[in-house]
Amino acid sequence: MANPRKIYLDNNSTTPCDPRVVEAMLPYFYEVPGNAASRNHPFGWAAEEAVSVAREQIADLIGVEEKEIIFTSGATEADNLALKGVFEMYKRKGNHIITVKTEHKAVLDSCAKIEKMGGEVTYLDVDRKGRLNLEELEAAIKDTTILVSVMWANNETGTIQDMKAIGDICEKHGVLFMSDATQAVGKIKTHPKEVGVHLMAFTGHKMYGPKGVGVLFVNRKKPRVKVTAQIDGGGHERGMRSGTLNVPAIVGMGKAAAIAKAEMEQDAARVSKLRDKLEKELSANLEEVYLNGDIDNRMPHVTNLSFKHVEGEGLMMTFNENIAVSSGSACTSASLEPSYVLIALGLGDDLAHSSIRFSLGRFTTEEEVDLAIAALTKGVSHMRDLSPIWEMYKEGIDLDAVEWSEH
Amino acid sequence: MRRIFFDSAASTQIAPEVVKVMTSAMLNLHANPSSIHNEGRRCRAAIEKARKSIATEIGASIGEIFFTSGGTESNNMAIKCAVRDLGVKHIITSCVEHHCVLNAVKAAARDYGVSIDRVSVNQYGEINMEELETLLKSKTEPTLVTIMHANNEVGCINDIVKIGNLCRANNAYFHSDTVQTVGHYPINVDELPVDFISGAGHKFHGPNGIGFLWINSERTINPLIDGGAQERNMRAGTENIYGILGMAKALEMANENYETHKAYILNLKDTLRSELQNRIPGISFNENPDKEHLYTVLNVSFPPHPKSDLLILNMDIHGIAASGGSACSSGAAKGSHVIAALGGDPCRTAVRFSFSHMNTLEEVVYVAKTLEAIYVPRTVNA
Repeated sequence: MANPRKIYLDNNSTTPCDPRVVEAMLPYFYEVPGNAASRNHPFGWAAEEAVSVAREQIADLIGVEEKEIIFTSGATEADNLALKGVFEMYKRKGNHIITVKTEHKAVLDSCAKIEKMGGEVTYLDVDRKGRLNLEELEAAIKDTTILVSVMWANNETGTIQDMKAIGDICEKHGVLFMSDATQAVGKIKTHPKEVGVHLMAFTGHKMYGPKGVGVLFVNRKKPRVKVTAQIDGGGHERGMRSGTLNVPAIVGMGKAAAIAKAEMEQDAARVSKLRDKLEKELSANLEEVYLNGDIDNRMPHVTNLSFKHVEGEGLMMTFNENIAVSSGSACTSASLEPSYVLIALGLGDDLAHSSIRFSLGRFTTEEEVDLAIAALTKGVSHMRDLSPIWEMYKEGIDLDAVEWSEH
Repeated sequence: MRRIFFDSAASTQIAPEVVKVMTSAMLNLHANPSSIHNEGRRCRAAIEKARKSIATEIGASIGEIFFTSGGTESNNMAIKCAVRDLGVKHIITSCVEHHCVLNAVKAAARDYGVSIDRVSVNQYGEINMEELETLLKSKTEPTLVTIMHANNEVGCINDIVKIGNLCRANNAYFHSDTVQTVGHYPINVDELPVDFISGAGHKFHGPNGIGFLWINSERTINPLIDGGAQERNMRAGTENIYGILGMAKALEMANENYETHKAYILNLKDTLRSELQNRIPGISFNENPDKEHLYTVLNVSFPPHPKSDLLILNMDIHGIAASGGSACSSGAAKGSHVIAALGGDPCRTAVRFSFSHMNTLEEVVYVAKTLEAIYVPRTVNA
């Protein structure tokens, strides 16, 4: 092998395409060139048929009807469409949206844009485990509230919200409930209708499907939800999202959904054992390791650990050529700011800066986890050996009491 | 039965070389390009190399190319964000634009209260330049002109240098929907007086689901889709890396083969025109004989005939894929807004044949013969 390494524990930033998905997509590049909107010749029909099969597979995975699936270019676009589309469509009803501080940037930045457009947005706090307070949520709802947007599972910590309880509150007050379920779909059961979610965004490339395709689920009955299109044109996707359909990618996402439906339970069982092993051994090998997130309610493949007094980015450098992990989410990891998600959980800068997110996946092996444990143990020890702060800590100096001079 | 695909203006067949680049990326470049680990950096490098390639192909600098999900999003982004962020009060457009431009303009009028003027077109679909100039001169507030380079249904080509110069002279912003010309003609934005142009991978043998917007570095707009910091904060969303790499490869190949493909395809088009003319009395062509025209598109008007109504279906039964109107609206039973704007005879059926280098002369002759059999009653013992 040209590459000795390549232990990929960053599946929350993107999953590799399952080879079965790639195989399913290939014929739609070569043999079926049609534009799925060309309804008057079979090239177009074959493409339309393929899209309809994929729609069925995806609907089946999340327990909804095919007509409730709107294809987009990805989760970011789906989040934008849900938030801005509801804001514009339900203007007459109100202008207030409730969301959470730990949401993905696609939600937070859309909300910021909505505020510029005259909307009002409440950003709820979360507790130390990353869960929102249901009473605070209920108290935040007012006459002008049109939408509550809460992510199903957090991308950095894997914390899963109490979706059913949130859905019940939304139903009680007659407000729409939207969820960015990008990290959850295809990995755990995510049936929006069972928990009262009316709009749900997710993407192909976090469930072993391709990049460049995503979905917004829009509830059609009780209530019939509508969103104002954000991309206008030929009226594709029942007028909610125009643009020639990306047929091969849609086919790939459909296949990925079918595989997920068949295999996600066994994947989750296997991967959570590996995740637990990683967590347990690192905590046994090293001092001052803290778990960020909710150990009782979290994704089976994720663990977010802070190695106190070790700078996360620096730690990554020690094994970067062999192991891919992440500090913060990929979308913000190019910046050296500490994760706003961990800050919202109440972590101080020190722990937030020393966090590493491990996200395992369908293709992670036990051997890889063992290698990662060894590399992390070595890396953290090495960094601490070099660190005067660690030395002070070991000598029993109360670091919080030290007055650092600015320079 | 064999199938003949004469609907490349709706979507071209992807080039095998492009699929190769994409599948290789799917299997080898699987990380998130925003991740800072080795895998992520390799993906980022591949995307930036593709951006450089596309920029080079159209004479742009890399900072001016923004990847989107396709032509529709590019056009929406240019129009809506220009209106929102550049203080535009008036839009001047035409009524033969693609639906994504027509409807983005309508949405801009609805959301931002801009006024709309639609320049008239002649019987070939070309813009009335005098009228455009008069309109431009009458505007005192910031104005956006959005006029397509080449029409997707009839294939007429507007002189975007002339239009752009008029816009410059009158301080108007100029967006041109170039989806039908990028990858089919050499485009050099360095020499074009334009502010925004758009491209879509699947119109030049690249993949679906990927496009780009070129934004003149003199113009600053904010994103249409908010979120992560991708595309230098201009277009959030994890990059469609295979789409981007595939589109770059497709554009390189398209420009490299431009002369040969153009000559080859033009011959197909000319042959179909003369074959049809010889075989079917009363047939006419929706094109200006005195001007250059998209070599990829032949729009034919068939004489009134009992079989005209179901002509597309009839051809389809004979294995021929063509289009009446553009694909984006061809599911709807509405007639083409473009043909209607051209003031054509509503009793005549317009069909768009659109070609690529993957078609053959033999296919052209088969199509002409098939249409003759539909239209011209056979004499017994001929």
